[in-house]
Amino acid sequence: MTEAQHFEAVLRLGDDALVLGQRLSTWCGHGPILEEDIALSNIALDLIGQARNFFTLAGQLENQGRDEDALAYFRSDREFQNHLLVEQPNGHFGDTVVRQMFFSAFALDRYAFLARQTVNADVAGIAAKAVKELHYHWEHAAQWVIRLGDGTPESHQKVQDSVNHLWAYTGEMFTPDDVDTACAEAGLMPDLPELSSTWRDKVVACLERATLTVPEDGWMHRGGKQGMHSEHLSYMLAEMQVLPRTYPDATW
Amino acid sequence: MTDQERIAQAWAQVRSVNDPELPYLTVEEMGMVRGVRVDDDQLVVTITPTYSGCPATDVIAEDIAAAVQAVDTNAHVEVVLSPAWTTDWLLPSAHEKMKANGIAPPQGKSADRAFLTGQGKVVPCPSCKSDQTTMVSAFGSTACKAHFKCNACLEPFEHFKCI
Repeated sequence: MTEAQHFEAVLRLGDDALVLGQRLSTWCGHGPILEEDIALSNIALDLIGQARNFFTLAGQLENQGRDEDALAYFRSDREFQNHLLVEQPNGHFGDTVVRQMFFSAFALDRYAFLARQTVNADVAGIAAKAVKELHYHWEHAAQWVIRLGDGTPESHQKVQDSVNHLWAYTGEMFTPDDVDTACAEAGLMPDLPELSSTWRDKVVACLERATLTVPEDGWMHRGGKQGMHSEHLSYMLAEMQVLPRTYPDATW
Repeated sequence: MTDQERIAQAWAQVRSVNDPELPYLTVEEMGMVRGVRVDDDQLVVTITPTYSGCPATDVIAEDIAAAVQAVDTNAHVEVVLSPAWTTDWLLPSAHEKMKANGIAPPQGKSADRAFLTGQGKVVPCPSCKSDQTTMVSAFGSTACKAHFKCNACLEPFEHFKCI
């Protein structure tokens, strides 16, 4: 594992958390019920907090003077290395909770590994906190998928469509590239193909309880970790970054 | 003044700082203050945030720094993330004060995962003390609280989550 790979691995953790946190934050004021408005905003807050910690650490590892704000606000879409899944649009509430369920099942196991590894104690510290938060995120999303899937014919069909559509974005999480492989060999990051089986068990159990059909594995989107994103990320970043890019010295 | 005396004075200052979201609790009672030390002749207070994204953390760090700077103008606050904060670190007085202010304190130890679903765990109503309560949402007005209702007195209330 090179220093650059170490930096990129930590940056990716921040990118996943920031992009999903930003996506969820736009539910604030638009939740289907007050409790969900609050829940999604709280989850967004946890994720943005995790992103801040990872970006601060990534900036220290890189040692080029970039802080959390520089990494969040002054990188372009091609420089983001988040998974394609987390940048997918919120869609309707069912789309949002399915995306959240798929990602939380993965992030929970990834954080559990990161909290245990001893290569980078700072990563372990951030992950030890995040893993507790992720238990709540996973539980929340899974309960909603079950409630909607096992709900009315309309909610069942809608959430089945969400599952079918988003399934093709799940393969990327378990397909290692050079950075993933080098960091896994160094013991910093988990072995992704290994995580895949526990993820599948958890997700399939949730979908079955929800009376939903598990999609067949087919072609999977990939490219996020290499900066090749869907068009959705660029629009999201444009909105998120407009203020600091327009007024780089603004403070708040 | 010896370092011990400065640290004792700094602690007295730290103890005067309240949590901005739960103003009847001090940051010490919240279990957020890891320690006070003298480093290179400067007072350093170490704190551990409760949640990754808790917006109160920055305010708390600023409030503590301002309080301790009464003892040492160069005093500063250091944030330590590991080990992660847990509700097990809340002082017993925090539990009592939460109840007095209508918030059900964490029940049991954080290692107990039953808190996740709200099942198999009794969170008594802080108003009427009834055990007949239901979780409305695991997410409340702040990241650290869940939203409950009492089936006996029908009052909604908040529960400080076990984490």
